[in-house]
Amino acid sequence: MSLSGWLQIGFVLIVVLLLVKPLGLYMARVFTGERTFLSPVLGPVERGFYALAGVRTDKEQGWLGYTMGVLAFSLAGFVVLYSMLRLQNFLPLNPQGFAGLSPDLAFNTAASFVTNTNWQSYGGETTMSHLSQMLGLTVQNFVSAATGIAVAIALTRAFVRSGVNELGNFWVDLTRATLYVLLPLAIVVALAFVAMGLPQNLDANFVATTIEGVQQTIATGPVASQEAIKQLGTNGGGFFNVNAAHPFENPTAFSNYLNIIAMLAISAALVYTFGQMVGNRRQGWALISVTVIMLVIGTGAIYWAESFGNPLLTAVGVDPSMGNFEGKEVRFGQAMSALYSAVTTGLSNGGVNAMHGSLTPLGGLVPMFLMQLGEVLPGGVGSGLYALLVFAILAVFVAGLMVGRTPEFLGKKVEAREMKFAMLAVLILPLVILGFTAISVVADFGTSSILTPGPHGLSEILYAYTSAAANNGSAFGGLTANTPWYNTTLGIAMLLGRFAYLVPVLAIAGSLVAKPRAAASSGTFPTDKPLFVGLLIGVIIILGGLQFFPALALGPIVEHFVMLAGQSF
Amino acid sequence: MSTQAKISILSPAIFLPALRDAVIKLDPRQLIRNPVIFVTEVVAVLVTVIFVQDAFSAAAEMRFSGQIALWLWFTVLFATFAEAVAEGRGKAQAESLKRGKSDLVAKKLRFPSDANNRAFESIPATSLKIGDIILVEVNDLMPGDGEVIEGVASVNESAITGESAPVIREAGGDRSAVTGGTQVISDWLKVRITTKPGETFVDRMIALIEGAKRQKTPNEIALSILLSGLTLVFLIAVVTLYGLAAYSGTDLSVAVLAALLVTLIPTTIGGLLSAIGIAGMDRLIRFNVIATSGRAVEAAGDVDTLLLDKTGTITFGNRMASEFLPVAGVTEKYLAEAVLLASLSDETAEGRSIVALAKSDFSLSVPKILPNGTTSIAFSAQTRISGIDIEGRRIRKGAVDAVLKFVGLDKTTAAADFNKAVDAIARSGGTPLAVAEADRLLGVVHLKDVVKPGIKERFAALRAMGIRTVMVTGDNPVTAAAIASEAGVDDFIAEATPEQKLDYIRKEQVGGRLIAMCGDGTNDAPALAQADVGVAMQSGTQAAREAGNMVDLDSSPTKLIEIVEIGKQILMTRGSLTTFSIANDVAKYFAIIPALFLVTYPELGALNIMGLASPQSAILSAVIFNALIIVALIPLALRGVKYRPVGAAALLSRNLLVYGLGGLIAPFIGIKLVDMAVTALGLI
Repeated sequence: MSLSGWLQIGFVLIVVLLLVKPLGLYMARVFTGERTFLSPVLGPVERGFYALAGVRTDKEQGWLGYTMGVLAFSLAGFVVLYSMLRLQNFLPLNPQGFAGLSPDLAFNTAASFVTNTNWQSYGGETTMSHLSQMLGLTVQNFVSAATGIAVAIALTRAFVRSGVNELGNFWVDLTRATLYVLLPLAIVVALAFVAMGLPQNLDANFVATTIEGVQQTIATGPVASQEAIKQLGTNGGGFFNVNAAHPFENPTAFSNYLNIIAMLAISAALVYTFGQMVGNRRQGWALISVTVIMLVIGTGAIYWAESFGNPLLTAVGVDPSMGNFEGKEVRFGQAMSALYSAVTTGLSNGGVNAMHGSLTPLGGLVPMFLMQLGEVLPGGVGSGLYALLVFAILAVFVAGLMVGRTPEFLGKKVEAREMKFAMLAVLILPLVILGFTAISVVADFGTSSILTPGPHGLSEILYAYTSAAANNGSAFGGLTANTPWYNTTLGIAMLLGRFAYLVPVLAIAGSLVAKPRAAASSGTFPTDKPLFVGLLIGVIIILGGLQFFPALALGPIVEHFVMLAGQSF
Repeated sequence: MSTQAKISILSPAIFLPALRDAVIKLDPRQLIRNPVIFVTEVVAVLVTVIFVQDAFSAAAEMRFSGQIALWLWFTVLFATFAEAVAEGRGKAQAESLKRGKSDLVAKKLRFPSDANNRAFESIPATSLKIGDIILVEVNDLMPGDGEVIEGVASVNESAITGESAPVIREAGGDRSAVTGGTQVISDWLKVRITTKPGETFVDRMIALIEGAKRQKTPNEIALSILLSGLTLVFLIAVVTLYGLAAYSGTDLSVAVLAALLVTLIPTTIGGLLSAIGIAGMDRLIRFNVIATSGRAVEAAGDVDTLLLDKTGTITFGNRMASEFLPVAGVTEKYLAEAVLLASLSDETAEGRSIVALAKSDFSLSVPKILPNGTTSIAFSAQTRISGIDIEGRRIRKGAVDAVLKFVGLDKTTAAADFNKAVDAIARSGGTPLAVAEADRLLGVVHLKDVVKPGIKERFAALRAMGIRTVMVTGDNPVTAAAIASEAGVDDFIAEATPEQKLDYIRKEQVGGRLIAMCGDGTNDAPALAQADVGVAMQSGTQAAREAGNMVDLDSSPTKLIEIVEIGKQILMTRGSLTTFSIANDVAKYFAIIPALFLVTYPELGALNIMGLASPQSAILSAVIFNALIIVALIPLALRGVKYRPVGAAALLSRNLLVYGLGGLIAPFIGIKLVDMAVTALGLI
């Protein structure tokens, strides 16, 4: 670890924190229906959409109506994307003449993009036509992110309003999130990426002769635009197979900064939006502190583990001063690789700029653990906020009792109904991750995909299901996931991780929005103070740790001790 | 009833019946109400079956699986024992109430419409119906709850309240309610029965104390859901671990997985949850408060605003002399002596307070025998003055204008310092009492509502808890404001009518606050019913007692404060033990996980930071610790976590430190100690 490394990490986080307030305030205005500086331009477009779709903006929905909207929209998106992928060879903009995808791969990919996971069982530049990339995947990059934002806003309104049933209008929230938030930011970031040298064209691959005189095929395409929304929407599905480690996706240290900042910006700012909308900005900052502190711890852990390196390599004469550089890009270095890994997994982005499977055992443990915590640091756009709020509700429930009052969060009583749905939501991750992993490691169709047997192989599978269920999308590498078993079960894991979580969350919102908002007193448990920040961190880590500790012990933890004992995988 | 003595759980009267009940409670049909312990029992049965198999095949694992099974059963038994102990303390009280209730006979009037005909037939109390008119005479036990419609009698209510001094019960007004099981010790009463047999106050009390009607409170239900959810999470983690272990080359036995599961699921709080609730109710009962539901007790912990009647709660309820203000030319002592004489035969509280003040401040003595020719002038509503003619002195005291009239003056002609004193007293919320001798004004006595000592500190404590106090009084706003500031309440309602009280409560509730109030009169009933926590006085009317959700047997309005504390204590105890229970799991993982995989991955021994002797002793120690911690925490569950009125943030940091951090560390030490014992005894 070095000072300059930490300075870089600090620089990126500070830029993000500076963006949080203006962006958060802007989004609060957007979702409370106030005018913004973009209204003169986008207002007519927005109204045009409503007129076209017959949406009545004044008609709001209860939680059931809102949920139905989310599910219907996602189902429609899934069907369209699935069909497009299967039939891409009959569709235009396919200069390489790629074939249609197999049923299981198309299912997996459609599930992956509709759930904002962007798990890629395919290699982008060798599988997808430009049309599939732009009209299929990129569209879902926008709308799946917007769906997450909409749900988070609906839950936010449950704390703002009282004594009513309406959570808002899903179609309006979806439209506003796309039109006012994602689209303008994507344009700005895409142009910045173009300026940094990312390709943006609709060309076929071209062939170059290298200085060694060898023929090399170089893939290009609409990279910059895809990259922008990939980060802003915490999608993570790269244009290229190796994602942001590819020089066309992430050519320089500066593009790397922008990548990380773009990933964090909306998710972090949404937390501020929450504070602003519930009328307690300190609450927003308290929740942001939780995510930042955990992110710094996670980054520090990876950074430390990677800088420490692999004693086995040191023993065979590799210079230990560089740490473990396997699978990393020299232009990013240890610090920025560590930060990228922590952010991408803390955030449900899933894009990578270093290969997680090549991290040291503990370095690889951290990204996996961050995902298992439920993607709350600050998580995917929208999904991170609502998952964080579910944890806050759980933390408040247990700790609130300790101050001698029935638990309440922001004046809303947390009672049996909220607990029921919060537990339902929390159960999904262990059920899906551990359940599928346990089956995969004992069945031939599961173990046959493992690249490295032993604990590392367990990590490969555990990481895959973790990534899918947490809607992250990053891969550990090693595992051959493009098989019918993995494509199907990972697809199911992604769908459950998204929708089986999202429905209980909206049910909680439906229950809370009808409750009166209790007045605060000095006897009320303060949720915007450092004590709560510490408590929430503790609850998140302990709850996550308790669920997954046995599995992690048999994967990365044992691998670490075995490595120290002189054996590697 | 009001035995405040601490009953030790180790006393045979509690311990032995509780042990018997604990075994009865193992019935799975009963246990299913408690999902965590139910799962433990299922697992215990499973491991027992495995032990029996091992025993038949004389397998080497027999020793291990047998001990695991044994301790799993202990875990279940300790949990049911905790509940039984909590119930046991109430049962003794219920028994004595039942004895008093048995064989009651009612004297049902044959001709209830004829006021003069007191002919009756004796029927068993159990066949009384609502609306029956009964006669209760000297030494009769009241056969049921009812309302006095005729007569005045003194009634011994000690069977209910534990207070041996008899109380007056009479028709009409706020003292008309009578309770079954109490005894008339003088005169007679005609009573209309208002409650069906079996639903009387005593019946409800017995049911409550026995816990027969116990329903889970809303918060208990929510907590049970959390605990069940956690149990499911760990079930998933343990079941899937079998597959993960198989991949890693370890074949985990069912006994080992069962041990892991039971140590991870929150058995500590699961086992103690119902005991906490029962003990809380029991504590309330020993404070002589009967709550109609656990829900009300829980709500008490949440109360934001306390509505307190001024009279009898904040002040003594009688105006008392606080100072003597003579006019120019009269000494204070002279005034005191004069008014002392004038009050000698004044038996009102005011009169007595004047005597007491004069005696204490000026060491005046009361003449034992009044000289002949002394005439007392009694107070009358017409003259509004009283006094004495003694040894030629004509001393009068009374309302200012009446006394001025007596001396032939009016407000404009009275001395300036007299007027000034009168105004000052009125402004401070007191009542001026003018004193004159013959045709000379002597001065004024300041009568004031005396705030009870210590009440201000209690309100400060409540404020620290985050609870606002509101004083309700029929006084005018000036008086009310003065007393409010002296007592340190946050707000007051002056010239309060029942409607105003109700409106105030509604307004606060709309603002998202929970209200507690106490009252005794029929006109309090609507407000008592509207309040989230309504405490009716046992001495109050039947209507008030029906409207409230708690009854205070001591009829002491400041009880509200204790009730709130008990409500908070129950919630805090639940939260603290839940935190403790979950925090415990960290250490259990460090004990069990390395033990499970030591054969395949000896490197995981690095996680065995406790240095436990062997894999089997590690697992057994974790299970034993897990069972023993339930027993160790029974006293805390029954006593409740101590509540301090220091504000939420301070409470939280303290409890987090003790039960959160303590819960992380304690099992590391505990499991290590058990492991040392297990090894020393050669159990493994």
